[in-house]
Amino acid sequence: MVSTNKENILAVLSLSGGNDGLNTVIPFNEGLYRDYRPTLSIPENQIIPLNDQIGLHPTMAPLKRFWDEGKLAIFLGIGYPNPSYSHFRSMDIWHTCEPDKVGTEGWLGQVIKDIDPNSENVLTGVNFGRGLPRALAKEGVPVASVGDLETYGLLTGIDGDAQRSQALDVFGRMYGPTIGSGYTMDYIRRTGTDALKGADILATAPDKYSSTVEYSATAIGQYMKNIAQTHLAEFGTRVLFTTSPYNGFDTHANQASDHARLWTDVSRTVENFMDDLREHDASDNVMLFMHSEFGRRIADNGSGTDHGAGSVAFMVGEHVKGGIYGDYPSLESGEQEEGGNLKSLMDFRSVYTTIVDDWMHLDAKQIVGGSYEKIPFL
Amino acid sequence: MPGQDIALMAHLLRRAGFGASRSEIEDKAAEGYEATVEDMLNPSAQPMIDEDLMLRYHPTYNHAGAIEINTQNWVYRMINSPRQLQEKMSLFWHMIFCAGHSKIDSGEEMGRMISMFRDNGMGNFRDLLYKLSTNPGMMYYLDNSESHKTNLNENYGRELLELFSLGVGKDEAFNYSEDDVKACAHAFTGWNVAPAYPPFPYGRSPWQFRFDPTDHDDEEKTFLGETGRWNGDDIIDIVCKQPGTARFISRHLYNYFVADEVPVPSWRQTPPKDGDLISELERVYFDSGYDITEMLRTLFNSDGFKNAQFAKVKNPAEMVVGTMRLVGEHRDEIKPGLFEISQEPKYMGMDLMNPPTVEGWHTGHEWIDSGTLVERINFAADYLGKTDLSGVQTMITNLMGQGSSLTPEQFVDGCIDQVGCLNITADTKQELLTHANRDGNLTHSSDAEKGEFARRSGEMFQMLAATSEYQFG
Repeated sequence: MVSTNKENILAVLSLSGGNDGLNTVIPFNEGLYRDYRPTLSIPENQIIPLNDQIGLHPTMAPLKRFWDEGKLAIFLGIGYPNPSYSHFRSMDIWHTCEPDKVGTEGWLGQVIKDIDPNSENVLTGVNFGRGLPRALAKEGVPVASVGDLETYGLLTGIDGDAQRSQALDVFGRMYGPTIGSGYTMDYIRRTGTDALKGADILATAPDKYSSTVEYSATAIGQYMKNIAQTHLAEFGTRVLFTTSPYNGFDTHANQASDHARLWTDVSRTVENFMDDLREHDASDNVMLFMHSEFGRRIADNGSGTDHGAGSVAFMVGEHVKGGIYGDYPSLESGEQEEGGNLKSLMDFRSVYTTIVDDWMHLDAKQIVGGSYEKIPFL
Repeated sequence: MPGQDIALMAHLLRRAGFGASRSEIEDKAAEGYEATVEDMLNPSAQPMIDEDLMLRYHPTYNHAGAIEINTQNWVYRMINSPRQLQEKMSLFWHMIFCAGHSKIDSGEEMGRMISMFRDNGMGNFRDLLYKLSTNPGMMYYLDNSESHKTNLNENYGRELLELFSLGVGKDEAFNYSEDDVKACAHAFTGWNVAPAYPPFPYGRSPWQFRFDPTDHDDEEKTFLGETGRWNGDDIIDIVCKQPGTARFISRHLYNYFVADEVPVPSWRQTPPKDGDLISELERVYFDSGYDITEMLRTLFNSDGFKNAQFAKVKNPAEMVVGTMRLVGEHRDEIKPGLFEISQEPKYMGMDLMNPPTVEGWHTGHEWIDSGTLVERINFAADYLGKTDLSGVQTMITNLMGQGSSLTPEQFVDGCIDQVGCLNITADTKQELLTHANRDGNLTHSSDAEKGEFARRSGEMFQMLAATSEYQFG
């Protein structure tokens, strides 16, 4: 059962570039794995086994802890029908739930809209990173997009605290209500007032925060820290989103070292994040979802892997029923997705449906665009 | 208050180009409005951008595959091209004839498509539609490469009519039927892309358009009431002579250059804001034989255009490039940092070369949300506050030239004028004045006074960049 005394919160770490699922959650007993991966297969004695078939990449020991606690759900063969091999398009599909036509509105934008239809809290959804990901885009839904929480705000280029605070003072008054300037001017001023309100509130988060946890200095580490800071500051934020550095997981070459470096960082950061929330007794109502836009080719290319289809995704949280969900897609040549890729046996919208219905307590059908079988990880 | 001719010239250079520095505005104002319009309408009378210099410093621009390099190249041209209207028109067509990297997945093809708009965007509309329909990136983006004699894909056939020429309807009537869409799509069968060379080991080669007569449906078709064995170019001929096309292009020009219109899907039911100007543009479209430059000449010389100062929300490219041109950064010098600048429009909601859908970006006030507004304000304020940049220095020197001592009111008026003859509302001006009053009059007889003068100017420019009024162009 899900705790009801605090509102549930969803954090998403989007792994940009197409994570190689096959080397992340490894079917080490499958002989074809080694046949297809002459260069990149992970030696069996280094794999962290989860059962007698499947194990984690050697860098993922920090995540194994949550597996042992029964709080890590792993989704196998996740994707959608008729895969797109374009980073942008495929990530858009994950973000908009529109695999057939190009959608402009994000599933989390709709979640935020349903939580807060009148935009009473400008921080119901917060993104960390420059520019708004499609997942959070929805007309009329204010979402702060924070490049760096420590320095986030308006007029950040003004030198000197006194000067800046004077300038912000002027700004606040300049964006006050106006009479007879027309719809667009009114709208811009209202939006500016919202932005200033949001920035003022967010700016207090780093000061309120103290923790024994030290996050890595990487972008992933710092943005996950920002997510923790924002959550701990209790602004009523329900959806927190960030993306790993753009296309970092696109390991066409040099995969062995790049993929290991990325998962070292992600695993450690997730552990830091959970430890941080637990230290503040604030982990109970948080769930962290990690996914990528697609997996990678089954066969390696001698140094890396090319764009693929079905992959893996993860959910970590105190209320997550740990375990493996779904079947490993077959590596047999006759069973592969066209082009030598893993099939998607589980639709990502199934996981979204469980998140929206059973975690956010909203109606998933309209948000994900149809009825999908739930995955029982809650 | 600024002279009317300065304000009008600032308006022309903001709309027909990406804005200008204060001294450029004054120079052009001295040349006169009509003469400047003529200059801009004749790109070949202006020098070309220094391509050899650009490639010397950015060798990666040559046949660049990465999308980021192609957008960077384009933003460099927007900032630096003496042929400003040409770049502005490239953006205009990119915002209508939308195709995006998200599907095309080749920065080079996106770059080639923009070059095609640059080369043909001010010529004849019929030629442009033909170039568009033979652009391999577009044929792929709208699935015409998947449309076959025996297995029709209607995507390009439909969008050509709905989004690229006729529009759904005019004066509440419908401009075409579903049968016309099918006939159009049949006529374009066989218009596709030659099979690509394998990318290994030498990398990708540019895509080529190919007409495949064996895959072309050569049967008789009826399209918009005319029957014949139409091929794609016949369709373009028929499309171009429709009143709906004249209206559609005219409204797009108005929306882009004059004032924000309602979104395109509402055009069938909603009459144009300035019906007289639209009718005049439609007339010129036919009288000139679909000549885009002639339409622009009429538009820029119309009172409707001249009176529409600050009637539009700047799009992100205008915000970024206009601010660069005003402050003189990345102009006439090649230096690091351009990559970051070229990514700024994306942070403001306009991912150049990657529009969200074939319908393009939603413009007007829809550019603004709480995230993009913060990006817009911080970007512009950061640059306008850099008092060491050449454009900003000129603005400060001009302010000092107004007298040995400026009252706060003279100072605020002067700053509003220097930042581009902004149309500042009375309430905003009152706030700025209250702020300026705190530190009293401004003088510049000693070095210390000069330093303080510059500091206060930079601060006032930053505040102006932060105003709601600066969001309008």
